[in-house]
Amino acid sequence: MGITDLLIILLSLAALFAGLTVAVLGLIWLERKVLGRLQQRLGPTRAGPMGLFQPLADALKLILKEDIVPSSAEKAVFWIAPVIVVLSAFVVWVTIPASHTLVVENLDLGLFYIIAVSVIGIMGLVMAGWGSANKYGTLGSLRAAAQLISYEIPVIMVVVAVAMLAQSMDLRVIVERQGSYPFVLLQPLGLVIFFIAGLAEVGRTPFDIYHAESEVVGGPFVEYSGAHWSVFFLAEYINTFAIAALTTLLFLGGWAGPLLPPIVWFLLKTLAVVLVVFWVRGTFPRLRIDQLMAFAWKALVPLSFYAVISTAIYQFYGWPAWSLSLMSLAGLLAVGYLVYQRMTGPARRVAQVRARQQAAMQSRRSGISGGPVAPPAAQTPSAPGQS
Amino acid sequence: MTMTNVHTNIAADAHPVEMLLNMGPQHPSTHGVFRLVLWIDGEKIVRAEPHIGYLHRGSEKLCEGEQYHQVITLFDRLDYVANFNNEWAYCRAVEKLMGLTVPERAEYARVILGELNRVASHLLYVGTMGLDAGAMTPTMFCFRGRERIQALFEAVSGARMMHNYFRIGGLKEDLPENFVQMVKDLMPLLRQDVEESDKILTFNEIFLARLKDVGAISPQEAISYGFTGPCLRGCGVDYDVRKAHPYSVYDRFTFEVPLGLDGDCWDRHWVRVQEMYQSLNIVEQALQQMPQGPVTSSLGRRLLRPPKGEVYVRGENPRGELGVYLISDGTDKPYRVKVRPPSFCNLSAIQHLLQNAWIADSVIILGSLDIVLGEVDR
Repeated sequence: MGITDLLIILLSLAALFAGLTVAVLGLIWLERKVLGRLQQRLGPTRAGPMGLFQPLADALKLILKEDIVPSSAEKAVFWIAPVIVVLSAFVVWVTIPASHTLVVENLDLGLFYIIAVSVIGIMGLVMAGWGSANKYGTLGSLRAAAQLISYEIPVIMVVVAVAMLAQSMDLRVIVERQGSYPFVLLQPLGLVIFFIAGLAEVGRTPFDIYHAESEVVGGPFVEYSGAHWSVFFLAEYINTFAIAALTTLLFLGGWAGPLLPPIVWFLLKTLAVVLVVFWVRGTFPRLRIDQLMAFAWKALVPLSFYAVISTAIYQFYGWPAWSLSLMSLAGLLAVGYLVYQRMTGPARRVAQVRARQQAAMQSRRSGISGGPVAPPAAQTPSAPGQS
Repeated sequence: MTMTNVHTNIAADAHPVEMLLNMGPQHPSTHGVFRLVLWIDGEKIVRAEPHIGYLHRGSEKLCEGEQYHQVITLFDRLDYVANFNNEWAYCRAVEKLMGLTVPERAEYARVILGELNRVASHLLYVGTMGLDAGAMTPTMFCFRGRERIQALFEAVSGARMMHNYFRIGGLKEDLPENFVQMVKDLMPLLRQDVEESDKILTFNEIFLARLKDVGAISPQEAISYGFTGPCLRGCGVDYDVRKAHPYSVYDRFTFEVPLGLDGDCWDRHWVRVQEMYQSLNIVEQALQQMPQGPVTSSLGRRLLRPPKGEVYVRGENPRGELGVYLISDGTDKPYRVKVRPPSFCNLSAIQHLLQNAWIADSVIILGSLDIVLGEVDR
């Protein structure tokens, strides 16, 4: 490898880093605006036009702030943890293509590489929690380890299904194979699983358990401040962006689209996925840790196996494409029915409550005391002031 | 040191698998300066120990040094999200002691303000419960509604929170001229706010998963712990002071008392949400019936010297039954004021409820009891 090759690699990495930073700043602004609108607020308005410079101002503030290291912290681990987290988030992007030519280094086993590298981030989170010598941090980091490892499995299985459909792990090839129709039409179940598990992977809202503000007060990040904390923040948004980009590439046809140039299509689709992520954040509460694990192992893992098996059957027998869509939709509908059953359960319960309340009122009117405390019989309106 | 030694050393402190986790007094979801010491085994709580008193200001003792009218300001600061209801209970105690009759208009004004304050307080509860469960949007909806109510309170009393507006025997001054119109304009907006926060949260699948069957308590246990208010009604016990011991003009309104079934966090939540609708109904009825006339009794403005004696008065606060026990020795200052705070009694069950709960549930359970530390510590 000559010096020019090295220079080109360094330059492209620098360009990638710059691009990602700009993307993250944009995402932060977008999230604050979208959440603001969802919550009947305006979001940032002061810094720059429409508050566009707000993330810049925030970043500047964070970098200028004092970086506190707790005296009881394990200094080396405490310092290195954010670097590991952000590196694993960043390195994933090396092989994510934004269009056919716009990629730092396309790999034949791109998907395999992405899955393998992204797991390293978990280690950084565990190190952050342990190194800060804080019980909330430790709790949060152990939660992170349990959660992220559990949700790796459905992600991997769905990725396997996609790789089977495309007969390749090269992301460029996967996008090319979706030329006639995107994989979401073939494997809608896969998209749902991938998106949900992806939310859990990046710790976003229904699954933001390891840094739950109201329980473990930020979890692994509880002792971090200033620039170190901003690095975690950066990693979180890079990861969110990566999950959205992967959803686009694997299921939504990547940069394929009419009229507009490929890069615009890629960004538009990714942005749409990101908006759904923000929308979910503005709507849902978070799960409890045991419910989260149960959901992974009892729902997502079996479903992802079903996705793989149905794909395998489709491939092996060479059935027409709509057969896989039907199989996938059947799985989705079965789950939808179960969820619907669970959702109507509480409504039935409320009907019970209301019936009981009605009965109590009836018995009260007819003079039979219903509850443990019987109110006095109805009387003429008392003179005001007499209590 | 051998392995055995290490283990015995740890065992001297706690069971080897237990970790001691100090939650609060500075924790985002302990709703003030409340401290919980948790012994946890993994994600499960083995034992919990509540510590209160971080906001103790000696309110009851301070009351003994103030004249009867000055005590009202101290009651404002007990349950600082339901100020009107607190003032009301105290004023009623003194009025009962002196045998004062409150003018009709003042009674209706008190009902309207008290019920609106209940809505404001429950809105705050729903918002913070959403935050505790991890949803941030309901909070915004709820605070918007609460802000509207507080703007009305400011127009009436001049203060958003510490109103000091009720007087013994009536009100400080008459309501603003356009008060009825202001409240009438407010009602549809409030209904919309309550409905929005109700729709986004109450039947949300994840919210139900987090709250249903969590922190359940039986009616017998709830009564023995001294539960009152929505916490007690969540267990299905039909006890509302406004119905059981009607005071003021509450017997002139038709309203229902929503009851839960299982006594868990979700039932407590549901009861509070339904109570908001009922309170709005009461306000609408009161607006129609409110007469013109004076708002202060003839005795109201003088230096008060109630006759010797003691009196106990209870009122339905947003958090439960607020009792005021008042002893007068015939001077211009009360001899003793004892407050029976609903938050404190409801909080007494926290140790029982947290047994074998998840760490994440501790936040939900505490939130569903809806404590205000100003009232717990006094």
